[in-house]
Amino acid sequence: METKAQVAAIIAELKPMPGAMLPILHAIQDAVGYVPSDIVPLIADELNLSRAEVHGVISYYHHFRQHAPGKHVVQICRAEACQARGSVALEAHAKQTLGCDYHGTTTDKQFSLEAVYCLGQCASGPNIMIGDDLYARVSNDKFNRLLQTKRGV
Amino acid sequence: MNAIPVIPTVAAVTAITIYVPRDSTAIALGANQVADAIVAEAQERGIPVKLIRNGSRGMFWLEPLVEVATAEGRIGYGPVELEDIGALFDADFLNGGAHALALGLVDQIPYLKNQERLTFARVGITDPVSLDDYLAHEGYAGLQRALSMSPEAVVQEVFDSGLRGRGGAAFPTGIKWKTVANAQAGQKYIVCNADEGDSGTFSDRMVMEDDPFVLIEGMTIAALAVGATQGYIYVRSEYPHAIVALNEAIAVANARSYLGKDICGSGKTFYLEVRKGAGAYVCGEETALLESLEGKRGMVRAKPPLPALEGLFGKPTVINNVISLASVPIILARGGAFYKNYGIGRSYGTLPMQLAGNIKFGGLVEKAFGVTLRELLFDFGGGTASGRVIRAVQVGGPLGPYLPESLFDTKIDYESFSAVGGTVGHGGIVVFDDTVDMAKQARYAMEFCVAESCGKCTPCRIGSTRGVEVIDKIVARANDGEDQPRQVTLLRDLCDTMINGSLCAMGNMTPLPVLSALNNFPEDFGIEAVQEVAEH
Ligand SMILES: Cc1cc2nc3c(=O)[nH]c(=O)nc-3n(C[C@H](O)[C@H](O)[C@H](O)COP(=O)(O)O)c2cc1C
Ligand code: SF4
Ligand code: FES
Repeated sequence: METKAQVAAIIAELKPMPGAMLPILHAIQDAVGYVPSDIVPLIADELNLSRAEVHGVISYYHHFRQHAPGKHVVQICRAEACQARGSVALEAHAKQTLGCDYHGTTTDKQFSLEAVYCLGQCASGPNIMIGDDLYARVSNDKFNRLLQTKRGV
Repeated sequence: MNAIPVIPTVAAVTAITIYVPRDSTAIALGANQVADAIVAEAQERGIPVKLIRNGSRGMFWLEPLVEVATAEGRIGYGPVELEDIGALFDADFLNGGAHALALGLVDQIPYLKNQERLTFARVGITDPVSLDDYLAHEGYAGLQRALSMSPEAVVQEVFDSGLRGRGGAAFPTGIKWKTVANAQAGQKYIVCNADEGDSGTFSDRMVMEDDPFVLIEGMTIAALAVGATQGYIYVRSEYPHAIVALNEAIAVANARSYLGKDICGSGKTFYLEVRKGAGAYVCGEETALLESLEGKRGMVRAKPPLPALEGLFGKPTVINNVISLASVPIILARGGAFYKNYGIGRSYGTLPMQLAGNIKFGGLVEKAFGVTLRELLFDFGGGTASGRVIRAVQVGGPLGPYLPESLFDTKIDYESFSAVGGTVGHGGIVVFDDTVDMAKQARYAMEFCVAESCGKCTPCRIGSTRGVEVIDKIVARANDGEDQPRQVTLLRDLCDTMINGSLCAMGNMTPLPVLSALNNFPEDFGIEAVQEVAEH
């Protein structure tokens, strides 16, 4: 219920922007952590669109999540420059350590694993982002240490 | 986000100025912690310091690069780690003292000294969000001159500079602006394409994080030239630090009348807003980007109509890449002829190139067109980071072909590259050593197309999935003499269909990395020799 009120306030505030859809979805995801499916009708009503159109936008973009993620979202860069610097091995290590694949969440709900295609740090890969924090030259050891410091925080 | 800490400055007349970058690569390598520790250590030792968070010089193997202002100039130390700080103070680095990490005068480091920085003239030097610093370094000289000229003359100056779009298609910027300037409409827009989705590219990111005012100035000049009053910068969501820096700079520009109503007392209006993308590579394609800005699924529109005539919300729109727009201020400040003097053939000016992947000295190199790939890879880049030989280089992002050593003497300019089947694209250069498996890279190119296709055309949407399967079969049947040649033929046919049957470059360029891998590195597919050369 609290979420619904929060979302309604976000929509009311941003609705006047031209092309308000993406700003609204970003604001919702920033506030709630994902875009809950039960708010689709609300957005559709307010922006004068069909529910299918709204759902179509949410599902089109990789960035928007339709389910609650773990406490920390770990994104690993899968793009070429990071591959050339050993990201493929890091991906395998991360999946094994976390015990989940991409789009998965650890059983303790601490971490979700996502792929990302380039973080713009291509001269110093492999690169990852945890939440909004960037880390470069990530070895397996550094990865473990980062998880350790984020755990429980 | 690794937020830039607010650092208390120990104020005193004799404070020594120290620079620690706020560029996100520097931050990803620990710059915030280093900055904090330097201030704490100085406080403890009772030394007054003034700490400035500058941009990055683009020598990423040296980040975090700490600079100290001395009478001779700025002296660098790097890469600085937390545990080095005590020793740096002991060595009197604040007065340029000798230390193992000392690099001498930063401007004299050959990597930097041998560049021709026009667009990146201020990057790494100034405080990115200080308007006064920007003004002190030739900032807004371009706008001042543009305000004294007619809009037609501004467009002509850009046309005369020979500037071609740096986002990939290399279309003359002056012609694009002229089309929008001549269009009749009540509302026009300037849209900056800051989606920079190509792997191996970060020059747009650096401009936005390390010198955002130059982009704001370029967009303002564009607005005056074509008669637009509203601009949007569409930044990918993967760049949170760029979004923060842009918003800080826009707020300052608004407060000091460099944006908004009555720009610099000229009576001209230009509003500017940052919009965040949502993780779709194809939204870098200009029409998909416009759809996304309008709040829809970012799918490619068929052209015509051109965005210059019917762009954002159906209105005439200039849509340009970050580097294209950021090159405009110096063109206006120094004149089109000055800019055109750089470069070779029909590729005028400079290109900020990005050395990435397995390279020893990765970073940003701005040079006039005409430098060879080999010079960049070895004279600047120093070969691979792993110390092994370079086997393949991908230039121009994920849709660019993989080039073998035999092509390293190619000059970087649009025509020389296209003559050898290459793409300059956004100037991203990704290096691979001899441990690379080129069949895997070809497979990845198809996989990327599966993940990122907008879905409008069948060859791109379905063909890429089939492409992954066929490459898997070729590799699995490396020892099966019967079926393998058939699968290779199938892959070539499929690429041919994608090239000819796709609406945009996503579908019709994905075959470039695939076929170049197959043709130049057949052994990785378990194929003896090149069976036929693909037609383009
Ligand atoms: C799949 C695809 C992705 C693209 N990505 C980008 C991008 O990230 N940034 C960019 O500036 N141009 C990108 N482009 C090129 C743009 O469509 C367009 O040419 C450019 O924004 C025009 O600006 P310019 O003339 O200043 O280069 C892409 C094109 C395609 C087909
Ligand atoms: S080629 Fe691919 S990305 Fe481009 S319009 Fe067609 S389906 Fe969309
Ligand atoms: S390829 Fe990984 S950050 Fe660019």
